[in-house]
Amino acid sequence: MNAVRIDRLQVVRGGNVVLQELTCDVARGSVTGLLGPSGSGKTTLMRAIVGVQRIAGGRVTVLDAPAGSKGLRGRVGYMTQAPSVYADLTVRENLRFFARVLGLPGNAVERAIEDVSLAEHSNRVVSRLSGGERARVSLAAALLGAPELLVLDEPTVGLDPLLRRDLWELFHDLARRGATLLVSSHVMDEADRCDALLLLREGRLLAHGTPSELLRRTGADRLDEAFLRLVEEESP
Amino acid sequence: MSLRATGAVAARVLTQLRRDPRTIALILGVPCVLETLLKEIFAGRSEVFQHTGAPLLGLFPFVTMFLVTSITMLRERTSGTLERLMTLPLGKLDLLAGYGAAFAVVAAVQSAVVSALTFGALGLDVQGSRPLVAALAVANAVLGTALGLFVSAFARSEFQAVQFLPATVFPQILLCGLFVPRGQMAGWLRWLSDALPLTYAYDALAHAAADDVDTRFAVDAGVVCGCIALALALGAATLRRRTD
Repeated sequence: MNAVRIDRLQVVRGGNVVLQELTCDVARGSVTGLLGPSGSGKTTLMRAIVGVQRIAGGRVTVLDAPAGSKGLRGRVGYMTQAPSVYADLTVRENLRFFARVLGLPGNAVERAIEDVSLAEHSNRVVSRLSGGERARVSLAAALLGAPELLVLDEPTVGLDPLLRRDLWELFHDLARRGATLLVSSHVMDEADRCDALLLLREGRLLAHGTPSELLRRTGADRLDEAFLRLVEEESP
Repeated sequence: MSLRATGAVAARVLTQLRRDPRTIALILGVPCVLETLLKEIFAGRSEVFQHTGAPLLGLFPFVTMFLVTSITMLRERTSGTLERLMTLPLGKLDLLAGYGAAFAVVAAVQSAVVSALTFGALGLDVQGSRPLVAALAVANAVLGTALGLFVSAFARSEFQAVQFLPATVFPQILLCGLFVPRGQMAGWLRWLSDALPLTYAYDALAHAAADDVDTRFAVDAGVVCGCIALALALGAATLRRRTD
């Protein structure tokens, strides 16, 4: 069972092909890592999945409905790369607003604040927080209402190792509770923490599989090495 | 339309504004200073103040809310929060109506403060109903908000958004009949003035202040309401769930 099915997705921006005939799936209940260098099309693919990206061709199906369709709003949580929260509101005010839009009760806000370990900052204005803390406010907003699919664009960038570990534990915990997570990163050491990986390069899918499959297939002993071999295989 | 979502947006916009006391002080203080200046520069010809004081009372909220709205909406577009909202169960009209409602509240406070000063300390005397003048001020604020929302779609930066004020609002102020009665304008100018919403807003204010509430006033008020609805609809059309 797949939470996301992508069939020959094509995205063109300003005459440049950003995603080229991309076909892949994201299994339900998995934590899938979307990896690739900066500019490989990760954000564009995520935007297509949440339904805010104009697409030139192909089909994106999310939770058995066309991506971006009305019924999906609120069932898909999206965390953009830049923290998309209101800088002049406090953490709690931000989350309360998004919760009200989603029609959620107040305890959903407290739960999201605790999930991202921001309880002690909850009454601080977002503009006074550090970059990593702001990112976590944005993540908390995506977690509101326990969406079935979470699309997280580089959620752990700039966080200290301890927090990164905590967040990855949270991601797996959410998956155990039935959610599907698609998490992008350009740091290969996070790939080990994923159930499945999508490797993207220059708008094309380089590989798709579990970390151990990719290691076996390439004969590498580390995932960044596997990535290099896959790149070389493709363009010798 | 969802009342819950509209209310959430309005409450959020008001909270953001509350966080910014300097802006609130400017919104309330600047029109008071300008009305006082207007009275003082025409100290020798008090009929000018009597004639323009009331219509200006209604035009300040228009200008203020146009500016505040276009910048707030631009920030919403550039900060990514609009993109997030577009993935949530929030109608485009809910968002715009929320903005309109929030700024109508601000405009009501603004026009109450400025009216108190102008009708009180400055001694502006109108024959017409003062509450009606104040109500028209709020309607103008909503018109300013609606136009600001629409125009913000064409601005890529704060610099551009601010320039839209002289570009779209100043010509309307020049042509609305405040400076030169429309009857004295050249034909093409009058035709141009007929096509601009502020002309009707000004005319309604002038009629209300002069206690001349006739069918012409009803037409003016109707056109203002129609323009608000049109600008909100156009604004909603510029909000795209999918972008490049």
